[in-house]
Amino acid sequence: MSEKRNCDFNSRRDLEIISSLVVTGSKVLDLGCGDGSFLRKLKDEKQISALGVEIDQDSIVRCVGNGVPVIQGDLNDRLDFLPDQSFDLAILSHTLQETRRPDNLLKDIVRIGKQAAVSVINFGHWRCRLQVAFTGKMPRSPQMPFQWYDTPNIHFCTLKDFRKLCQDLGIKIVAEYPVSGKYPRMTKRKPNLFAIGCVFVLEAEK
Amino acid sequence: MENLKIETQMTNEPVFITEAKDFRLPEPLPMDCGRVLKEVNIRYETAGTLNADRSNAVLVTHALSGDAHVCGKHSPEDKKPGWWDEMIGPGKMVDTNKYFVICSNVIGGCAGSTGPQSIDPDTGKPYNMTFPVTTVADMVRAQKQLIDHLGIKKLLAVLGGSMGGMQVLQWAVSYPDMMQAVIPIATACQFSPQNIAFDWVAREAIKADPNWKGGDYTEDAVPARGLAAARMLAHITYLSEESMSRKFGRSLQDKSESYDYDFDFDFAVESYLQYQGRRFVERFDANSYFYITRATDYFDLTASSGGDLVKALEKVKAAFLLVSFSSDWLFPTSQSKRIVDALLANGKEVSFCEIESGYGHDAFLLEVDTLGKMVRDFLRYQQEVYHE
Repeated sequence: MSEKRNCDFNSRRDLEIISSLVVTGSKVLDLGCGDGSFLRKLKDEKQISALGVEIDQDSIVRCVGNGVPVIQGDLNDRLDFLPDQSFDLAILSHTLQETRRPDNLLKDIVRIGKQAAVSVINFGHWRCRLQVAFTGKMPRSPQMPFQWYDTPNIHFCTLKDFRKLCQDLGIKIVAEYPVSGKYPRMTKRKPNLFAIGCVFVLEAEK
Repeated sequence: MENLKIETQMTNEPVFITEAKDFRLPEPLPMDCGRVLKEVNIRYETAGTLNADRSNAVLVTHALSGDAHVCGKHSPEDKKPGWWDEMIGPGKMVDTNKYFVICSNVIGGCAGSTGPQSIDPDTGKPYNMTFPVTTVADMVRAQKQLIDHLGIKKLLAVLGGSMGGMQVLQWAVSYPDMMQAVIPIATACQFSPQNIAFDWVAREAIKADPNWKGGDYTEDAVPARGLAAARMLAHITYLSEESMSRKFGRSLQDKSESYDYDFDFDFAVESYLQYQGRRFVERFDANSYFYITRATDYFDLTASSGGDLVKALEKVKAAFLLVSFSSDWLFPTSQSKRIVDALLANGKEVSFCEIESGYGHDAFLLEVDTLGKMVRDFLRYQQEVYHE
């Protein structure tokens, strides 16, 4: 989880979108925070009070170096140590697909955050569909460069799948911000086919 | 307060010189047991220089067998530097060019601060076992007076491992306004029954030594065997199965290839423990061992809040960095996590990392690279926010 999150922000539209959702001075949790550089940026730009959760020791050491409070934790376990509704925004970006039980994690994240910003990679993108349809092989892309057997991404979904899961779990989708590839206008019209990913803003059903 | 650097003739390596100082408490010290300790001396050392606004002071608290001599050497001829010299000193992870480091010997100890070996002013004789039973809170209460004496209103950080970590936690609870940050390492909010049990057996070993005589031994006949046995037992708890296997395996002493078929030490691990025990007796007092282990037994941060750790930590203000080690079974990660959870429940600022290590509890002195990096960066950041 760390490598991907330590990338430069320019190539990560979803992080830009999430940044714009963060309210100045609010409490923000980043699950799978990597080296904490995203939280550091939010601290500097929006004076947030931050907490990261990260499993990798080297990333934790770098978080501390970035002046970002961080707790070692595994997103595959229950996050009981984080109290209910204790953050204004809980972020989970490009990480859900790596977890063993995305459904449990989604339940947890809307319990912990008053709102959650979850960015997912869209497996329903037309390029993925065409790769499966015409090559007969599992899709690969710059976003998912791995082979099927060594990928850390074990639970892919389409935007439609994600919406259905939220519905089943009683999680309210407050907003959707599709991340477009080359065709922004088409993405707007048919996100499940043209968006490379999407930031969903979630809340527990009241 | 400037420390000297003396070039040794042998290596031309600059030797960082530190010196022991004494501070006598102006008033008697009230103790948790209800008694009052008179004419209390605190042995302490400092390294680095206190800056103009007194915002760079780092208090280091020592573990069971530690002392005030935390870093540097007392003279260029000294064989060994202070107990945490790898971590602390000029240009090191806790850089004494930046920070003013203070370390004091705990009361009840035997390395300069008032303890069982000190003369009881009421009788003119050593206290021995009539010394008041001491708690971690008593130790911290005495340290607090030292910090006042040094003119420091707010420490940048309090930092320590094991029993030192208990003192760190006690500091955060007893004097929440007196520090910016705390770093409790490989420690717990209360001593576990397993830990208490080890301490009991260690003290039983000392009691069983005929030289102990209820604590009234003389200098020429100390309970050396009892104290050595206590130390050997404790030493095992500081290591891990992995580190003992790696260090000794089943190898025999003196590269011998066959058993001696007797009960003298045969295995390398046996002679190692024997050596550790013997060395400990040279520098530690058996009665002090009673008092300090008792202080750790009694340590329970939740005692004043009916067992509720969340409530016990309600008033702390310091930012926390907690560190545990994966193979430490004396103070396992679950103990640190318990503190982390209670701090999060209170909405406090906390960071936590379990460092992967095979060294067992001793890792807190040995994993200087990873631990040091975290401590260095955490201190740097906390100094930035110290004045906010």
